[in-house]
Amino acid sequence: MSEKETKNLLEVSHLKQYFPVSQGLHKVPLKAVDDISFAIRPGETLGLVGESGCGKTTVGRTLLRLYEPTAGKITFDGEVLFDSGEQYDENDKLIVDATGRPIYGKKVNKDMLPYRKEMQMVFQDPYSSLNPRMTVEDIIGEPLDVHKLYSSKAERRDKILSLMELVGLNAEHAMRYAHEFSGGQRQRIGIARALAVDPKFIVCDEAVSALDVSIQAQVVNMFEELQEKLGVAYLFIAHDLLVVHHISDRIAVMYLGRMMEIADADELNNNPMHPYTLSLLSAVPIPDPETARKSSRIVLEGDVPSPLHMPSGCPFRTRCKYATEQCAMEMPQLKDRGNGHFVACHNK
Amino acid sequence: MSNENLELKKRQILSSQVDLSKFNSKNFEKATDEEKAQQEVMGESTTFFKDGMRRLKKNPLAMGSIVVLALIIAIIIIAPIFVPYSYSDMITVNGVRDKSASNLGMFEYSNAEMKYMESTGESLFPHIFGTDSLGRDYFIRVIYGTRVSLSVGIVAAIMVLIIGLIYGSVSGYFGGKVDMIMMRIVDIIYSLPDMLIIILLSVVLKEVLASKIKGTALAALGPNMISMFFVFGLLYWVTMARLIRGQILTIKNSEYVLAARCIGTKDGRILRRHILPNCLSVIIITTALQVPSAIFTESYLSFLGLGVSAPLTSLGSLANDARGAMQSYPSRLVIPAVIICLIVLALNLLGDGLRDAFDSKLN
Ligand SMILES: Nc1ncnc2c1ncn2[C@@H]1O[C@H](COP(=O)(O)OP(=O)(O)O)[C@@H](O)[C@H]1O
Ligand code: SF4
Ligand SMILES: [Mg+2]
Repeated sequence: MSEKETKNLLEVSHLKQYFPVSQGLHKVPLKAVDDISFAIRPGETLGLVGESGCGKTTVGRTLLRLYEPTAGKITFDGEVLFDSGEQYDENDKLIVDATGRPIYGKKVNKDMLPYRKEMQMVFQDPYSSLNPRMTVEDIIGEPLDVHKLYSSKAERRDKILSLMELVGLNAEHAMRYAHEFSGGQRQRIGIARALAVDPKFIVCDEAVSALDVSIQAQVVNMFEELQEKLGVAYLFIAHDLLVVHHISDRIAVMYLGRMMEIADADELNNNPMHPYTLSLLSAVPIPDPETARKSSRIVLEGDVPSPLHMPSGCPFRTRCKYATEQCAMEMPQLKDRGNGHFVACHNK
Repeated sequence: MSNENLELKKRQILSSQVDLSKFNSKNFEKATDEEKAQQEVMGESTTFFKDGMRRLKKNPLAMGSIVVLALIIAIIIIAPIFVPYSYSDMITVNGVRDKSASNLGMFEYSNAEMKYMESTGESLFPHIFGTDSLGRDYFIRVIYGTRVSLSVGIVAAIMVLIIGLIYGSVSGYFGGKVDMIMMRIVDIIYSLPDMLIIILLSVVLKEVLASKIKGTALAALGPNMISMFFVFGLLYWVTMARLIRGQILTIKNSEYVLAARCIGTKDGRILRRHILPNCLSVIIITTALQVPSAIFTESYLSFLGLGVSAPLTSLGSLANDARGAMQSYPSRLVIPAVIICLIVLALNLLGDGLRDAFDSKLN
């Protein structure tokens, strides 16, 4: 096993998720996630940003195998959980036979049950992600039941109460129903449910977006505290760069199902390279007029193309002011620009 | 870079999509403790059931319906104990058939009864609704008719529930091709003109069944009644099946089921703990609404002469029998008609009340 493999908690490579959607009489694939690769180290937070509909949720759900991946490889803690069998050479080119069809290696499709204890998810909507017919105790207790993590009723209860305490919920409310709680409290219930199995990795899918601004900060701080206490790694999905930059060690930028740029949080902030990242950053108004005048702002024009009608080549080219002929012909690959900074662009 | 500049840089990356220029510093003032407390306000601690009951109690129409139904049920249970007449036989006075007792008005006594009372000084139980053309006490016949009609409604609703629940759950849970085929079958049954089919089936089944059930316990019900249950079982479950399928489909795709799968919950447990409890209110409400619809169909068929066999009666056949003498004895038509209306209306209002109180989508 190479050093890299032992260091990463989670590795995702060439992950694809195509949804078949009906168009008239036939089905066409909607490429919600197309060839995405990244890795997360233990205890690290990777932020994932991008406009709504770019496939962030799908990435999170697919790597947890809530959706069956169309293709790709998912490795967790050194174990391959899923591998569709495509092989890639050192230059990350698909290995094909003479007819252009991929040569398949070993396919892997592991039973996820044992890994459900290691990888968890906090959902975006604290309202719809909690069963309205269950008490808080049963919601948090369900993972304990499923994985048989207690030996007596009393132990189950103790665990639930300490989880509630951990996420800042009043233990007296254990017998209440989710609908009796405010949004922030519900999200804490969802977090407690994810933490119940003591996971090493949690996907936080816009876990704070649905909350009030003042409560967002509380919950984000809680995520940080939990990470310090428990050493859990996060894939922190958000469309709000403020939150992501605050919590993340590294940030990945997605556009139309593709990875555009990935770098350390501060590196991305100080030295954004991809035109899409630049436009995301300059969409933020700059308080100081002096700085504003100096900065060259890029305003995003036009709409995001439909994922059913992807532009050829670079998906961003319809809105990119640096676009050249090459951009329409060839899909740019993620390239290392040093400093662990990867960018997928021909011209930047 | 100075510290201040770094600050600024950091701030630039802040929100990418919220246009901050629309806000000023006031919008971002820290929430006071009071405001925070408001955010965290808890609802009153109530279970789903208690919560629904509380809402139901506030609904005067539903509560009125419960009272009416409770009264009707109490009467049909208790009355036969007190009323000394039989629904099937002509009134007898002193062991002798009372030929003069036919077509009495409300609270009237026949000549024979008057004489008997005069001679013995004993008072006879009054004929509250009078008697019918065969000299049977009409009140007790209405009581038995109501019993039959209500039982038909409830049994039919339970049949519909069982068939619809199984069919709908299978279709909704498995989805895909199974679902498509099962739902096309439902569509076909749904598109049949039900009254026509019911009448045709009743006529055909009546012939077939009559010889089969002779001498069995079912004979008391009569072939008509049994064919009616057949018809309900064959036709009326489709609405229930569709509803349950729809419910299961939505719930199956809900985030809390996804969350349960993410935890590692197995299919059986997901069905038991997540899907069915969330369908329960719809199931109960639809079943409650099925009862009046079955009662109505039964009455309708009985009125056409396809209902229960004499001497057993139902509200519909009572109305049918009264048709001939509608001009002279209108009360015999009005009484069963009013009771049908009362029951159907009360059950419908109660069903609506239950829906308002328990359907989570409206909460
Ligand atoms: N189950 C699904 N079936 C079909 N299309 C889907 C499904 N889930 C997501 N999509 C599509 O995939 C794209 C990405 O969606 P999503 O991952 O939810 O984006 P994000 O979370 O970034 O807003 C969208 O165009 C969405 O319509
Ligand atoms: S590859 Fe071309 S179109 Fe795509 S972001 Fe770079 S410059 Fe723009
Ligand atoms: Mg999303």
